[in-house]
Amino acid sequence: MGVYALAGNPNAGKTSLFNLLTGTRQHVGNWPGVTVEKKTGTMKNNASVHIVDLPGIYSLSPFSIEERVASQFFIEEKIDKLINIVDASNIERNLYFTVQLLEFGKPMVMALNMMDVAKAYGIKIDVNELQKKLGIPIVPMMVRKGKGYQQFIDVLEKPQNATKFQLYYGLEIEQAITRLEGLFQRQASLKGQNSRWLALQLLEENAVVEALIQDKSINEQIHHLKNTIKEKLGHSAAQLIREQRYEWISQLLERVMIVETTSQKTWTEKIDRVLTHKYLGIPLFFFFMFLTFQVTFAWVGAPLQDLLDGWFSGPLSEGTTITLTALGAEDWLVKLIVDGIIGGVGGVLVFVPQIFILFLIISFLEDSGYMARAAFIMDKAMAKIGLNGKAFIPMVVGFGCNVPGVMSARTMEQEKERLITILLSPFMSCSARLAVYALFTSIFFKQYQSVVVFSLYLLGIVLAILLGLIFKRFLLTEEESLFVIELPPYRVPMIRSLLLNTWDKGKNFIKKAGTIIFSMAVLLWFLANFNLSGMTENMNDSLLAAIGNLIAPIFAPLGFGTWQAGVGLISGFMAKEIVVATLAVVYGTGTEASLPQVIQTMFTPVSAYAFMVFVLLYTPCMATLVVMKKETGSWKWPLISIGYSFFTAWILAFIIYQVGSILI
Amino acid sequence: MTKKLTSCQIGEKVRVYSFLMNEHKSKRLMDMGLIPGTIVEITRIAPFGDPVAIKVKGFQMSFRKQEAEEVLVKGLNE
Repeated sequence: MGVYALAGNPNAGKTSLFNLLTGTRQHVGNWPGVTVEKKTGTMKNNASVHIVDLPGIYSLSPFSIEERVASQFFIEEKIDKLINIVDASNIERNLYFTVQLLEFGKPMVMALNMMDVAKAYGIKIDVNELQKKLGIPIVPMMVRKGKGYQQFIDVLEKPQNATKFQLYYGLEIEQAITRLEGLFQRQASLKGQNSRWLALQLLEENAVVEALIQDKSINEQIHHLKNTIKEKLGHSAAQLIREQRYEWISQLLERVMIVETTSQKTWTEKIDRVLTHKYLGIPLFFFFMFLTFQVTFAWVGAPLQDLLDGWFSGPLSEGTTITLTALGAEDWLVKLIVDGIIGGVGGVLVFVPQIFILFLIISFLEDSGYMARAAFIMDKAMAKIGLNGKAFIPMVVGFGCNVPGVMSARTMEQEKERLITILLSPFMSCSARLAVYALFTSIFFKQYQSVVVFSLYLLGIVLAILLGLIFKRFLLTEEESLFVIELPPYRVPMIRSLLLNTWDKGKNFIKKAGTIIFSMAVLLWFLANFNLSGMTENMNDSLLAAIGNLIAPIFAPLGFGTWQAGVGLISGFMAKEIVVATLAVVYGTGTEASLPQVIQTMFTPVSAYAFMVFVLLYTPCMATLVVMKKETGSWKWPLISIGYSFFTAWILAFIIYQVGSILI
Repeated sequence: MTKKLTSCQIGEKVRVYSFLMNEHKSKRLMDMGLIPGTIVEITRIAPFGDPVAIKVKGFQMSFRKQEAEEVLVKGLNE
């Protein structure tokens, strides 16, 4: 029974262990106040144990929002047991975080992960001795392969006492700790906290713990103690504490670890020599990006899409019509189901293959370790627009979906850089917009499909850069920028974890198709077939046409001033793939021609391109705006985002249509 | 004699001596293992000339030249 907190460094295999322990019994929510994703789950073999997956962090002294969230959790929540996952192949730095957890003084179990990688590096660890020195049970594991699971469960289930771990920090710091512990006793608000841990965190200036101390006289005391230490020893307490922890760890490792050099470790160096090469690094990077698009659109995605499309509009629609008619269903009901629901939802679902392939490639780039190199390579260029290399990752994730894109900006330490990243990431063309491009390019640009789609992605990037330069002038004033990133060793991603990741990211798309897009398709069908006096045969008299006609004049100068396009764009505000569903309903109902055939008569190549550009740039979808609001803390930035992106979209589509019409 | 980390050759092993940057930044570097006394080596420089990648305590991390300028190091035998 109880709450177990899972904590460890990034890249230590924390997510894999969480999946292994909880299976499908997971719940994803948000941490209070911020949208950092909070994953909780119950254990597979014991439903009364709740596991909280803390963000992967290096220290409890917060630097990024994720670390702040973790520190807050340690102070505010009741934790019954700590599960610390440690990367055995990178044990020294991992143990630094372990020491901070041990000092917190809760029952604790360690999963010593990646024993196979460590072995390949020639690292031998005396687990028994390490166990004795740390005073906690340690289970050697290979989490990705599921090895050590049963043993870990057995150890985890045993009742345990709180750890009594204490490091000696030298006379001056120890005196300061004792002094502070004495002061805490009179504070009712600090009841139940580990006073030694609190004292240490305060001496090393942990901002979250500092906020806990309201008493002015205690704050003065802390300030005084820190000054005294600095005067006497020449260094800040924060530095001395860190030095002491690492010193203790290196002495410990001398006793429990042997390293024999092997050739294994140089693999990463060899790969890096090519992938981050002075001249080859950047061309290779762009080549990989282009390859991603080729695979997604041209080589694998598009053929699968055609197959699926054929099945939806052929056998499924026809079969449903025949079955329903045979059952004696009313004519309007058959139309609603076939034209409205199968047409609308199916029109969106056909893009599932492409979207999953894109997510699969993104997961591969993340898991293999290349994503960190991309940040390394691109940092200098990103700095020019007021960002750092880490902003690159939210941008790439944004290609899949802007919502996790905006959310993954939270690894960025500086507030203003984070804000700019959030504002720019909707210009990264997400997979929902891909549905629109795929539809139009397959009609108008059949031979150059991937080139045209690539040009749209590029346009989004170029605009993000230009706007970044503007934001940098207005937002980045004196705040200094910091870029620190780990370059993990390259790994061959496990197929299983790739598929799990892809499914995790892509399932929302299917879920949306089943919920919001389904209801929109039904609603649109009714609006498209009814007016105030009842059902209408001519859709031009429908309620939907009336709505569309209201706004169509705005888009007339852009080459798509029809009520159908207008309605498509309004509904696209909910989710951009709905544009396709809407067009399928409004163009598909009541005609014998297929959607592509109708679109061919309503657009020209130039107006189709202008339309795609407009869809690329205009207001972010609702979900993105809501996340933006949560991440920035106010509606100010989402509203600004709506304004400037609509404006940018209109201007660009206008230029493209007007200039294009003259040229062609 | 101390020198800046940026003035080291690629592959040259040196020992961290002290930091010139504000503590907010140096705390982050120390949390990741770049502690005074630790052996560090520049492994590579990004194609555009910035940032740098270093090896410390058996793993690789990266930060900008601006920060590397503010890390003072000493030769291993000094």
